[in-house]
Amino acid sequence: MIKLESLSKHFGKTVVLDGIDLTIEKGEIVVIIGPSGTGKSTLLRCINFLEQPTSGTMTVGNLTVDVNRASRGDILAMRRQTAFVFQNYALFANKTALQNIAERLLVVDKWPKEKAYRRAREILEQIGLAEKADAYPASMSGGQQQRVGIGRAMAAGAEVILFDEPTSSLDPEWVEEVLGLMKQLASERQTMMVVTHEMSFARDVADRVIFIDGGHIVEQGPPSEIFHNPKDPRTKDFLKKILATNPV
Amino acid sequence: MDVLNVEYMLGLVPVLLRYLPLTLQLAGIGMVLALFLACLFAVVRVLRIPVLNQLTIVFISFFRGTPLLVQLFLFYYGLPQLFSALTVIDGVTATVMGLTMHFSAYMAESIRAAIVGVDRSQTEAALSIGMTNGQLMRRIVLPQATRVALPTLMNYFIDMIKATSLAFTLGVTELMGATQKEAAGSFLYFEAFIVAAIMYWIVVELLSKLQNYLETRLNKAYNR
Repeated sequence: MIKLESLSKHFGKTVVLDGIDLTIEKGEIVVIIGPSGTGKSTLLRCINFLEQPTSGTMTVGNLTVDVNRASRGDILAMRRQTAFVFQNYALFANKTALQNIAERLLVVDKWPKEKAYRRAREILEQIGLAEKADAYPASMSGGQQQRVGIGRAMAAGAEVILFDEPTSSLDPEWVEEVLGLMKQLASERQTMMVVTHEMSFARDVADRVIFIDGGHIVEQGPPSEIFHNPKDPRTKDFLKKILATNPV
Repeated sequence: MDVLNVEYMLGLVPVLLRYLPLTLQLAGIGMVLALFLACLFAVVRVLRIPVLNQLTIVFISFFRGTPLLVQLFLFYYGLPQLFSALTVIDGVTATVMGLTMHFSAYMAESIRAAIVGVDRSQTEAALSIGMTNGQLMRRIVLPQATRVALPTLMNYFIDMIKATSLAFTLGVTELMGATQKEAAGSFLYFEAFIVAAIMYWIVVELLSKLQNYLETRLNKAYNR
């Protein structure tokens, strides 16, 4: 379970997140939508402490931290409970697909080599890239790299996987294979928070859609409700614009 | 023009070869120490550690901004005058100290640039899976920075090997010092120094081969 209480993030005088309260159940698939620059990515990055939140409390699994009192140990522990998938894949360029996935098991969880690589191979099977085990990122397509990025997040065995616009950098031909893998994870009830502009994914896969604007949660609910019966004018306006270019 | 005294040159080869190990030791030890120091400086600069950062900037500025020969004379002739305890510094030690500090100043900047050049998103990815800063540096950043910095670092190593010849001005009999003595005895300056030059050249060529080999290995991950 994830619980955010009055989570705020300021960049200088700019308030990017303004007291977010949010509870996500284990196994829930949450899709976050909203206009650019309204704090969607920042929210995910705060949960992973890639950004230091300005104030608030976060609970992930059995770990609760007041962000202002978080020690280095708390931050590491929080990061280990939350896995991140990046828009630009961010694979380790000096490591093969297999090593990218095994890295966390070896270095952070201190698994023995053999066990870590065995687990990494299982994940490669799951993401359909067993034959790319020894390939370096530079020799893989964008879609393959992002699947390895997801595989790396899966290896963490994290409470939640945070997806930050995972298909936005991809050529259109690779989008489907990445969304397909995410759907597979969703069907296994992996808790997920997904920031995306893929409205069809939100409609088909999400348990809950959250619309964020101006650092606030404006509206949330099941996809059928948000897409067919939005209440807030800002939600209506956003959906009208985005569905015009990305029809569901 | 007199004919080149080939016989003398051939006879000189084994004589001078005995001094080559000292030349290589000066450069080898100097390089290891300089690399170590340069990595420290680079990390201090990248992380902007207060006080140390400012000290490092001044250090780098001084040792890049003054001639190596001046630095060697300062260490060998100058320091013992100020501090009598330092008279124990012999020519070899002063040379290693000079080479280390001089070249670490240059290398620190290229290592720093290589570290900064590693894609920032990989740093975030490493932190996101819960790596510590040390693990991030050791496993992700430094291996990639090494690849970028290697050609320049090898250049400095080559430069350092040749710079060891300045040690003869501190009375150290390494390859250059030995050549100087031989030439002064035989008056065959051209023959003597061309033999020494060729020896330096061969050593540097061998190093270039090593550099090619290392580059091929380190680039393995980046070939499409």
